[in-house]
Amino acid sequence: MSGVPEGRGATATSPPSLAHLLSAKRRFLVPATLFFLTYYFALPVLVGYAPELMATKVWGNVNLAYLFALSQFGMAWGLAWLYVRRARRFDALAEELVRAAEARARAAEDAGARP
Amino acid sequence: MTTTLWMFAAFVLATLGITAWAAGRSRSTAGFFAADRQISAWQNGIAIAGDYMSAASFLGIAGIIAFQGYDGFLYSVGWLVAYLTVLLLVAEPLRNLGKYTMADVLAWRLRPRPVRAAAALATLTVGTFYMIAQMVGAGTLVALLLEGSGITYAQAVVGVGVLMVSYVVFGGMLATTWVQIVKAVLLMGGTLLISILVLARFDGSLVRFFDAIGQVTYTEQGVTVTRDFLTPGLRYRPPYGPLELVSLGLALIFGTAGLPHILVRFYTVPDAQAARRSVVWAMGIIGAFYVLTTFLGFGAATLVGRDTIAAHGGTNMSAPLLAKALGGEPLFAFVAAIAFATILAVVAGITISASTSFAHDFWVNVLHHDRELYPGEEVKVARITALVVGALAMGIAILLGPTANVAFLVALAFAVAASANLPVLVLALYWRRFTTMGAVCGLTTGLLASIGLILLGPSVMGARAWFPLENPGIVSIPLGFLGAIVGTLVRREPAAESAHAGLLWRAHTGAGAE
Repeated sequence: MSGVPEGRGATATSPPSLAHLLSAKRRFLVPATLFFLTYYFALPVLVGYAPELMATKVWGNVNLAYLFALSQFGMAWGLAWLYVRRARRFDALAEELVRAAEARARAAEDAGARP
Repeated sequence: MTTTLWMFAAFVLATLGITAWAAGRSRSTAGFFAADRQISAWQNGIAIAGDYMSAASFLGIAGIIAFQGYDGFLYSVGWLVAYLTVLLLVAEPLRNLGKYTMADVLAWRLRPRPVRAAAALATLTVGTFYMIAQMVGAGTLVALLLEGSGITYAQAVVGVGVLMVSYVVFGGMLATTWVQIVKAVLLMGGTLLISILVLARFDGSLVRFFDAIGQVTYTEQGVTVTRDFLTPGLRYRPPYGPLELVSLGLALIFGTAGLPHILVRFYTVPDAQAARRSVVWAMGIIGAFYVLTTFLGFGAATLVGRDTIAAHGGTNMSAPLLAKALGGEPLFAFVAAIAFATILAVVAGITISASTSFAHDFWVNVLHHDRELYPGEEVKVARITALVVGALAMGIAILLGPTANVAFLVALAFAVAASANLPVLVLALYWRRFTTMGAVCGLTTGLLASIGLILLGPSVMGARAWFPLENPGIVSIPLGFLGAIVGTLVRREPAAESAHAGLLWRAHTGAGAE
């Protein structure tokens, strides 16, 4: 997929654990959340505190304020698309974890049944 | 006139048909509250859009843009971007941990009775405010849209109330979901049609359309003025305008992920993956709609004009009057029917989420310690609650009368959701140390702070307001978080801390989810 190194993910050498999944999620979710909050709040802040700048005409009567507002739609859709793509990897990791846990539970049960 | 009545009747018949079909299917408890978790991702996505795009969105946003230009469009932006909070932080863990309500997530590792009682109180408060706003709006609009038919405000309120209660009581979540879907499809169809017709009036040229937006003429205090409606500042001006914008943005971005009637929708799908996909569907539809509000709002400003709209019922009539200008009586009737459908679907959604919270959180869990006294009690209590909530909303809406200023109630609902619900939801999911005391303190602080600041603000006190902002979010959201954090730091709760690992496991793998 993308160029992000998968060093700390579940590999053949390290058994999958919840910590791997959580840190993989954190590596995506924390920057993504900070990014969209910053990008979004830049709009009311700029419109509120730099109205002259935002009234700059860019194309015909279309100004910076409107284009920036419109770009927020693209930003939201784009980030949602990125997340959904990335989440497939989280899903695969989660599934692996659940299978491993079930296998462990079965093994423990078998051990318990044969005293 | 008669066309409008026929279209109203057609929608009512169609939705009652859906209710009858649903009544035959959803018999179990999970059926009533969560449509047996059999709603698919795309269906739920459309239903979320239907639940979300209230009359305030469709009629209100067109009106705000028509009257205040670009500043109104900022609402459109916030209403979409807010879904990133839902998508990234809330939807999937909520689906994995809960059964029917937001409080399920809190009760997972905290002491259930206090947190459920506090969460139910916040949910019912949001629901009541939102509902009264929608009911007053509904009464005014239906009376206005059906002008000349002899239908009064009170009759319109009762009509809307009876229908919404019928959907919920007889059809449960399944009927409510399909009413949302039908309404969302109608709304998108109507909006797209109007947008195309608006652009056609400018010979299909966006350049001409935006040029016209640059020179909107209207009367202000008896003087004719021409303004560029694309320039910011028509509504939000110094000294408090910029702060108001940020505060509004905070309430939208953090409030959406705390709106009970949106959160319950995630329990109707089979699993967290479906919940995620449904948010993406919803974002596609909601975003497309709000981009098109450019044509609805600025179209009304340029083609109908502020003066004409003000003389024919005020801001909320902007979209219907634009439809009339573009396509005459038939299009007006169609848009009026869409507005009617919009109101009905939204009030039905709020009614079911309020009833679910009361029956599931308060009645069964708080009063009866998580036991039904007899099979089917939970659903029965929810049905009775829906009747009571409906009757109360009708009564209050009739008492307040058609001239009541209710717009601030929607702002209040978002503020409570953002200041009370969201902080505790996020902390319960992501902060190991979080405690029952923290949840109860956070919920009550957020609730009291948002209600208090609105009561002391300009929406209620006018020019003599103690608090300068209409939107309290910028103060009440930090207070909500502060309450939750201080409440937590008072005393450790080892049981809740040690249960956090289990919560993380289930929230992020989905193992054992309902």
